[in-house]
Amino acid sequence: MSTETSASPPPSEELINDAVIRLAGNSQDGIQSIGGFLARLAGRSAQEVMTYMTIPATISGGPSIFQVRMGTGEVLSAGDEADFLVAFYQHSYDDHISHLKDGGVLLYDSDHVELSEDENRFLKVGVPIAALTVEALGGSAREKGKNIFTLGLLARIFKLDVDKLRGIFKERFGSKSEDILRNANLAFDAGYSYPIDNVMDRYYAFLAPDESGPPQVTMDGNTAIVLGLLTGGVRHGAGYPITPWSTIMEMLRSQLPKYGGTFVQAEDEIAAASIAIGFSYAGRLAVTGSSGPGISLKLESLGWASMAEIPLIVINIQRGGPSTGLPTNVEQSDLLQAIYGSHGDCPRIVLAAQNVEDCFYTALEATKIARAYSVPVFVLSDMSMASRIEAFDEPDLDSLIIEPELATENRPVDFKPYDLNRITRHAPPGSWIEGGKFPQVTGLEHDETGHPSANPEMHVKMMAKRRDKIKAFADSLDASEVFGDQEGDTLVVGWGSTWGPIRETVIRQRSAGKKMGHLHLRYVNPLPNDLDEIFNRFKDIIVVEMNDQGLYGCGQLASLLRAKTCNSAIRSMAKTDGLTFKIREIIKGIESL
Amino acid sequence: MSASSVPATVERGKITKKGIAADHPTWCPGCGDFAVLAAFFKTLEKLQFPQENIVTIAGIGCSSRFPYFVNTHGAHFIHGRALPFATGVSLGRDDLHVFVFGGDGDGFSIGGNHLDHAGRKNIRLTYVIMDNFVYGLTKKQTSPTSPQGFRSKTDPTGAIDRPTNPMRKLLSSGATFVARTHATQIKHMMEIYERAIHHDGFSVVECLSECVEFYKGAFDAALPRKGGVFNVIDEEEHDVTNMAGALALAEENWPGKFGVYYQKKEPTKNENEQKLIGSARAKTKGASDLDLLKKTFARMK
Repeated sequence: MSTETSASPPPSEELINDAVIRLAGNSQDGIQSIGGFLARLAGRSAQEVMTYMTIPATISGGPSIFQVRMGTGEVLSAGDEADFLVAFYQHSYDDHISHLKDGGVLLYDSDHVELSEDENRFLKVGVPIAALTVEALGGSAREKGKNIFTLGLLARIFKLDVDKLRGIFKERFGSKSEDILRNANLAFDAGYSYPIDNVMDRYYAFLAPDESGPPQVTMDGNTAIVLGLLTGGVRHGAGYPITPWSTIMEMLRSQLPKYGGTFVQAEDEIAAASIAIGFSYAGRLAVTGSSGPGISLKLESLGWASMAEIPLIVINIQRGGPSTGLPTNVEQSDLLQAIYGSHGDCPRIVLAAQNVEDCFYTALEATKIARAYSVPVFVLSDMSMASRIEAFDEPDLDSLIIEPELATENRPVDFKPYDLNRITRHAPPGSWIEGGKFPQVTGLEHDETGHPSANPEMHVKMMAKRRDKIKAFADSLDASEVFGDQEGDTLVVGWGSTWGPIRETVIRQRSAGKKMGHLHLRYVNPLPNDLDEIFNRFKDIIVVEMNDQGLYGCGQLASLLRAKTCNSAIRSMAKTDGLTFKIREIIKGIESL
Repeated sequence: MSASSVPATVERGKITKKGIAADHPTWCPGCGDFAVLAAFFKTLEKLQFPQENIVTIAGIGCSSRFPYFVNTHGAHFIHGRALPFATGVSLGRDDLHVFVFGGDGDGFSIGGNHLDHAGRKNIRLTYVIMDNFVYGLTKKQTSPTSPQGFRSKTDPTGAIDRPTNPMRKLLSSGATFVARTHATQIKHMMEIYERAIHHDGFSVVECLSECVEFYKGAFDAALPRKGGVFNVIDEEEHDVTNMAGALALAEENWPGKFGVYYQKKEPTKNENEQKLIGSARAKTKGASDLDLLKKTFARMK
């Protein structure tokens, strides 16, 4: 908790910038709900917020945590260590106490947790959480509701806006039943009125946030992707369930009919990709997606889409691999799959989102690129962003929305489906072809009319056509932005969800006097043209990513960057523990490289 | 592949034999598939759909070359996946007439699972499986419908696996129109195609189509001029809506009967999805896309 001393604070109140609160219990305790309420509240209070969740891979039960970092300044990562730990059980305490900062606060259920005697590095606050919840709700409710009781305690300790919280309960529970809403309020009141003053010597209050900006929206990364697709005019898609992609298909399935569209749950991943390509072929830009194992199954059909030059959006919510791997952990090990996966040379565009807000804008941008270049576009996100909740400025939908169009206008006499001098524009069925020859769209190599051709010269030309449009896209990119020092000792390079931890690292290190910059790549294929020039301004280039160092000591992006720039200053910091980077890990890593 | 043959005249609003034909087929002389194509042309000439709204889709195999020979919008997709591709086309565009052509490998082997699900979902399209009991494009390997004892390059001493029973497989897929015909019987083929096309739902036809190169004489038992019997289903006796009766027909000894085994009107996925859209639209009172989005974002505040 970074603190500031205000001029004349009330005796028991400490003003803080931000707080990291870790809630540790079991997955059925509803600790995700507390986290969700806190995140939503922060968003409504114009505060920054970021959450971090681990869910067990078991079907029900098992230890689970939810970490919320809320603050008044910019919140870049979910935080290395907690200022505040809530432990519901002995195992919660045993497993997580080492994550509590010195001088932090441990709030624990005194009925369930026994502390080690010699612990004196933090403040211990024991409350019989389960017992008091049962008392407040009456016996039949058992311990259900202890999450809301705890939220009441936290509301008191952090002086949270109670009216806003009650409003959120009402939205969440009001439509379910009166009883549920009443119980929530009862549990909350019991927690809020608990005489915590007896055991705590201070309250905390967040510094007043700047409320002048646009209103904030609070959501997780998968929701942001869906909303980006909807804003980008995607109305069709197909998928197959797999963690952590499934929530995207669930939401699309319920949202798309409102927009006149259709999302198909396919019999398998291959069918899902094929159905989506069928939609796109029919003139309806479509989305398919999955996580690593499912993407592997789609790759043959994606090769067809590159060859036939059909626009398509492919989402990969990466998880730990290989194979079934670590299905509920995070990794960035599908980068090369996204760029090269399939057979033969089949160039496509690959974008990587850096945080929840960026999930929205990246998905939206993907829809534009897919149309403009008639090409499959990958959007890479990962497990850590999929369910992480963040608050961000509400996008200006009026200016961003794209209404889908069906391009079935007549094609002129000289229409060539694969004109060598132009970027392909697919003519979907329904288009009248003045020249009288309707196009065949094929995975065979073809000439400008789309007709199969094994002519060696034509193959060379068509390969160039498919490659050059990707290069043309690279040429269209704005100059890459380097954060922090524009030249100096170290440039930290990343892609995807490592953005927050890297940014926070660079900010900290710069305030400690280091000459450091941060470059984060959204365009991972094609890479921006200006990388060589940027890299030359720094002594060391350190590429931070969550994948394996491989046979040659370089992570996947680092390998690509080395191949592209031949710059021997590029070093790789890669890890595969299935957890997001901590700031101190990156700092230590940079120092040791 | 022969050079592209641009049709001399394609008149909008009128399908002619000349205007609907594209490349000269690359099939071997004598291949049964020529007749399938000819019957398809004649049926289209009769039905006169807008030419630009016809889509011909195929996977991989000899018969899957089909789209190149038809002058309509067409797609030559990957092996075994023509049905899911066509599912996207059909569900994406209610104005299109969607046709899928393929062989026994595409339909019963690599794409077998898709057949079950396109049938179960009752996707509005017509699928013709040109069954020749052998892999021809790859030059004589055992196919899922090759009979036991058939000598191929992968079974030089004769196939040992039991073949798929195509009609039983099609019936159990949930397809709402299932029929069987023979490439030598042009009139029968045309009649079956027309009925399949008029069926509102997933209509599938198994068409025995001889591979003269790798499995000559495979279907002689059903060919009168070779001494066989072309036995047509008597629909006075067989109720096409009776699944048990259809399954009994599927169990008949080789060469079995030809005609419509099963036909029943069931709601298509196309209809069901439109219903979902209709009720979602009614709930949101026809709000614009922008209004809908704004509402969703408002819930996230």
